[in-house]
Amino acid sequence: MPKRTDISSVMVIGSGPIVIGQACEFDYSGTQACRVLRAEGFRVVLVNSNPATIMTDPEFADATYVEPITPEIVEKIIDRERPDALLATLGGQTALNTAMALHEAGVLERYGVELIGADVDAIQSGENREKFKEIVAKVAREHGLNAESARSAICHTLEQCLAAAEELGYPVVVRPSFTMGGVGSGFAHDEAALRRIAGAGLDASPTSEVLLEESILGWKEYELEVMRDRADNVVIVCSIENLDPMGVHTGDSITVAPAMTLTDREYQNMRDVAIAVIREVGVDTGGCNIQFAVDPGTGRMIVIEMNPRVSRSSALASKATGFPIAKIAAKLAIGYTLPEIPNDITKETPASFEPSLDYVVVKVPRFAFEKFAGADQTLTTHMKSVGEAMAIGRSFPEALQKALRSLESKGSSFTFDDEPGDRAELVAAAATPRDGRLATVMRAIRAGAGAEELFESTRIDPWFLDQLYVIHEVAEELGAAPALSADELVKAKRYGFSDAQIAGIRGLAEAEVRALRHTLGVRPVYNTVDTCAAEFAAATPYLYSTYDEEDEVPLGDRPKVIILGSGPNRIGQGIEFDYACVHASFELSAAGFETVMVNCNPETVSTDYDTSDRLYFEPLTLEDVLEVVHAEQRTGPVAGVIVQLGGQTPLGLAQALKDAGVPVVGTSPESIHLAEERGAFGRVLAEAGLPAPKHGTALTVEEATEIAGEIGYPVLVRPSYVLGGAGMAIVYDDDNLARYMERAAADHPVLIDRFLDEAIEIDVDALYDGSELYLGGVMEHIEEAGIHSGDSACALPPITLGSLDIKRIRAATEAIAEGVGVRGLLNVQYAMSAGVLYVLEANPRASRTVPFVSKATAVPLAKAAARVMMGTTVAELRAEGMLPAEGDGGTLPLSAPIAVKEAVLPFNRFRGVDTVLGPEMRSTGEVMGIDEVFGHAYAKSQDAAYGQLPTKGRAFVSVANRDKRAMVFPVKALADLGFEILATEGTAEVLRRNGVRAKIVRKHSDGAAPGGEPTIVGRILDGEVDLIVNTPFGSPGQSGPRLDGYEIRTAAVLRGIPCITTVQGLAAAVQGIQAIVRGEVGVRSLQEHAERLRGHGDSRGDA
Amino acid sequence: MTETAILVLEDGRVFNGTPYGAVGETFGEMVFNTGMTGYQETLTDPSYHRQIVAMTAPHIGNTGVNDEDPESTRIWVAGYVVREPSRVSSSWRARRSLDDALREQGVVGIAMPGTRALTRHLRERGAMRAGVFSGAALAPVEELLERVRQSPKMAGADLAGEVSTASPYVLSPVGEHRFTVAAVDLGIKAMTPERMSQRGCRVHVLPASATTADILALGPDGVFFSNGPGDPATAGFAVEALRGVLDSGTPFFGICFGNQILGRALGLPTYKLRYGHRGVNQPVMDRRTGKVEITSHNHGFAVDAPLDGPFDTPYGRAEVSHVNLNDNCVEGLRLLDRPAFSVQYHPEAAAGPHDAAYLFDEFNALMEGHRRA
Repeated sequence: MPKRTDISSVMVIGSGPIVIGQACEFDYSGTQACRVLRAEGFRVVLVNSNPATIMTDPEFADATYVEPITPEIVEKIIDRERPDALLATLGGQTALNTAMALHEAGVLERYGVELIGADVDAIQSGENREKFKEIVAKVAREHGLNAESARSAICHTLEQCLAAAEELGYPVVVRPSFTMGGVGSGFAHDEAALRRIAGAGLDASPTSEVLLEESILGWKEYELEVMRDRADNVVIVCSIENLDPMGVHTGDSITVAPAMTLTDREYQNMRDVAIAVIREVGVDTGGCNIQFAVDPGTGRMIVIEMNPRVSRSSALASKATGFPIAKIAAKLAIGYTLPEIPNDITKETPASFEPSLDYVVVKVPRFAFEKFAGADQTLTTHMKSVGEAMAIGRSFPEALQKALRSLESKGSSFTFDDEPGDRAELVAAAATPRDGRLATVMRAIRAGAGAEELFESTRIDPWFLDQLYVIHEVAEELGAAPALSADELVKAKRYGFSDAQIAGIRGLAEAEVRALRHTLGVRPVYNTVDTCAAEFAAATPYLYSTYDEEDEVPLGDRPKVIILGSGPNRIGQGIEFDYACVHASFELSAAGFETVMVNCNPETVSTDYDTSDRLYFEPLTLEDVLEVVHAEQRTGPVAGVIVQLGGQTPLGLAQALKDAGVPVVGTSPESIHLAEERGAFGRVLAEAGLPAPKHGTALTVEEATEIAGEIGYPVLVRPSYVLGGAGMAIVYDDDNLARYMERAAADHPVLIDRFLDEAIEIDVDALYDGSELYLGGVMEHIEEAGIHSGDSACALPPITLGSLDIKRIRAATEAIAEGVGVRGLLNVQYAMSAGVLYVLEANPRASRTVPFVSKATAVPLAKAAARVMMGTTVAELRAEGMLPAEGDGGTLPLSAPIAVKEAVLPFNRFRGVDTVLGPEMRSTGEVMGIDEVFGHAYAKSQDAAYGQLPTKGRAFVSVANRDKRAMVFPVKALADLGFEILATEGTAEVLRRNGVRAKIVRKHSDGAAPGGEPTIVGRILDGEVDLIVNTPFGSPGQSGPRLDGYEIRTAAVLRGIPCITTVQGLAAAVQGIQAIVRGEVGVRSLQEHAERLRGHGDSRGDA
Repeated sequence: MTETAILVLEDGRVFNGTPYGAVGETFGEMVFNTGMTGYQETLTDPSYHRQIVAMTAPHIGNTGVNDEDPESTRIWVAGYVVREPSRVSSSWRARRSLDDALREQGVVGIAMPGTRALTRHLRERGAMRAGVFSGAALAPVEELLERVRQSPKMAGADLAGEVSTASPYVLSPVGEHRFTVAAVDLGIKAMTPERMSQRGCRVHVLPASATTADILALGPDGVFFSNGPGDPATAGFAVEALRGVLDSGTPFFGICFGNQILGRALGLPTYKLRYGHRGVNQPVMDRRTGKVEITSHNHGFAVDAPLDGPFDTPYGRAEVSHVNLNDNCVEGLRLLDRPAFSVQYHPEAAAGPHDAAYLFDEFNALMEGHRRA
């Protein structure tokens, strides 16, 4: 069955901002889909609010709408574009939910849009628990398969609960019905616990109803990735086994492909069930995944759930096998069948097969708990990780150790040279799943723990535990060897030990181990991910290192550029950097280079083997990168290695790479040092005559107090050894400064800066070739200074800066670029306070905002940067049309659209964490609102990030003293718009004196009134409030107002009510609400915006 | 010091490793299997008789050995090559470790890092003879190579008799008895008669030496020829027996070697594939429906038949019913004027996917249709 000819245009919905549980894997799947659809000649209409994605590049769709993914907005887009079909299975739950909402509202029918991929019935059957249970039961019955759903009972009285628990067997899971956020649920291990938990649950449930379910905690957990075409051909792309047993969300688990501990009988039963379920659910075409739990004692198998769409696991499975699930899913959706599609890797064989792996793939999650003080770090069925790394090895130990070092987080790799600790304590600690549990298990092994007690404690399958023992034994052998021979080294390497680990075990320096290893000729070879375990030759160079026998790196014929990616997503380093790397690869390949990508993040577009000429799926450590460079140099000339696009990870390797003789292109490592080292950067600024806020460095409380006294409070404090805002705080007085200093690590200096209160923060992305500066964009933060630029909303072009300000910014940026010696991208952060432009910091690399700037100004900055790094000048790029012939991002016409970037924060994942923004970045993603005027753009950004701003109802206002003056006008505007204003006493007084009728509400600290009048927190929880304005005051650790604010914001998160924490944000919100109230917030594609920008070539000029 | 084992290929390529299973020496045709599950079924599949099997999946033995999954009463492979043998058996069904099972049955194996290099070598150079040596059998490589070159070749080998049952036995039908099947054991896997029995067949399993008369004496509703080792060109006896069956008009179904026997009975040539199909992920298209099934394979030989449409045979018109989408190899034959068909792959699976199980239903349908006619 060939391609469908009855449809010619397809709408694709993306997944919106990066959030925990829905990250850049959907950029990967969406980008693949767009590429396929366009290559097949369809007109592609794309909707995604996330500007950091590669899929929202104008070149991937015919009409790209960076607009909120809400049914209302998507309907407007459908109305304009009239697509024939909607593909919603590649944009995560967001796309699926939006498609369902459009269906339920009758929009799809009204406009004649066909849902392709999975139809409405299939989506409902897959998503509805009860329907799905019926399907599982039916499949088991009709096909005679071993498959069940977890047994459960609905109870309304304690007696019913006790009887049901006898039936189900303890422990049982108790889930009260209709309570919010899982309130009242828990595990009951015995009758006493059940009486307590179920009793409370029955109370908590408005319908006095609880669901009791048998516990499958500790069971083995598996996942299958399934593809089906419209001719009913079905293949299993990959099996995945979770090392962490049931109880830990699969996104937070260490997972392994292929499954390691199933016999063929059990695997085939699972396969039969998966296929029968996908048929029964009715996913006509495309991919889906099905999760299973297996009782390790009896083999009883429970089908947990299925996702009738492409998922995080599909991205992992695609990278693990070389079978591009999203790409094939897109082809199937437009009518092809599996045998009609060639296998990209072999070129010779069809896609209707099941990949066979002769290697092991391990994925490990990356967490960010250090950013969320107070968050519960226990891993549960609620996903908490922010990213992941994947590694490939020829054995599980090799893949596991490579994956752990790919995480780049301290303590993620096993250590063998320190005191392990107490055996019993370690065994007990390993029982609780949390970040780094495996390291605890290894410590327990080192302390002499037995396999049985570890199994009892962790329920990790004995096979995986034994593999850890193998690693331990290899380490012991390595430590005991009289000398490091080639044989010893090879053995350690085959089990995944890094040079650094070997150095630790042998008491050597990492460089010494490396030098010895190279002298002995112990080097990795690179094997191909070929989908077929070497049965057929692979045509696509997708490679991984291993200490095996044959190297498979193909010879190159063009000069090569190696691009280092950004590793696992983490807060502060995410998809934006992948965007820059992917763009560089596309552009340099087009410019005649052979592009070589190195990265270890399976969610990304950069690790799609289609993106670069060659892909190395490798950790981004110095050792692993040096070996890749060596392998590439053996097979052809390497023109350069690019380190400035992948964020801090590759940038941190720059000097060491250069020292090892690697040709690092772009800004030199010495120049990077000039920008990053405080003293050196201070001299650059002094030479250019640019002011920086006053600052000092302190080791003790006394020193700190003295410095703070000198420069004046408030001060910004941070440890000197971290980047990206970790551990930063704003301190207002001596007491809190002393407290901060006591908490800070004793032997590390603390940097103290004057904090510019009331300043406007400005972010600049620029391109410099050594003589000409191209100002990419000037972004003005909406929040006040002191909020990390990654968490702060910003507008481009700046909304309150004049051309004279921009002229100063341009001059300063130019001076810094020249002083530092930038070749390529430069990001500078400024603060404008009382007419003075202070330089806060400069980063000589691609920044988080590069994709946003590129989309807002319709200029491919990352591509241009890649060319500049390889020696092309800005003038040449202007001449060839990549950059505008005249002007730049600093000279945008007054008619240019306004783009607002808004950060998306993960507070709903970390209940109990204060939601107030500060100098430490905590957002996971961002959205863009773009429109002709600021109010519209801001309203869109809020809609995309948090849901539409309310246009009526009650607004609660409680602000710090310093904000009381500034809040009057915007709050009055809210009242004029018809909002009922609630306020705490102090705020209410100010408002009333200014003619705003504000109703006083009780503070949380007052407690509820005797007559039952609730506090503001109670009102928020009761859903009486529609908008919250609460600016924080006081310092951490204090009670009173500070604690009130904390409770208010927590309640806001719990109820999902918009909560504005700055006065500037309030002003913007008011403009946004006014825009919505005035009606018609329209939609427009990036291509149309670009057209308009080009149409207005007459720049306003900043000179 | 770790003990050593060495794998020597007939073309002189050598791989080093450590002993796995029994220590000693063994010879056979070197082949690779790409299945990621099912080592126990593979080891006990009689079709692997006289072959040294290399597993491309790196970790082998993880689930140990149980009493339910063997496909015959013993391990048949001549030698076993793995990368990472498991030290523990992790399965609620495991009874013993794979290492122990190999040792008990005297199967010489090797654990070595270079299994992928070996696979690539065989892919490029084709299947060839090899030897695994450890312990007292170790000697200078030239000497070992000489021993390998002295060992018998697979082409021209008549092996069915070596693996077949010595005397007939019967499997009772599960549920109602619907059909009687005479199954000639040329190296039959336990799951094959099992699948028939599950569908109401009483299966008489006969030795490879069964003649047409022996077969028809049972008055079967259908006749089945199984998989098995060796070169089909040497199976003249079985070909003769099958011709007699075809002449009788009794419905026929063949699997693997049985497919090659049907091919030869129809006058079609068979040939040796360069490195064969051994694994559980081969895409086969049923040409009647256009549907693709993922199938279990274990064959080094194939039938050469016209792919472009029906062709004439001494038994009337025939067609290629199934083809392998990877290499267009003939995977199934069907007579259009008589009730006979066969497939080159393994619908009984074990190990492998169950996609082709429908073929057993088709065999039943064929018998049903013939009985009515």
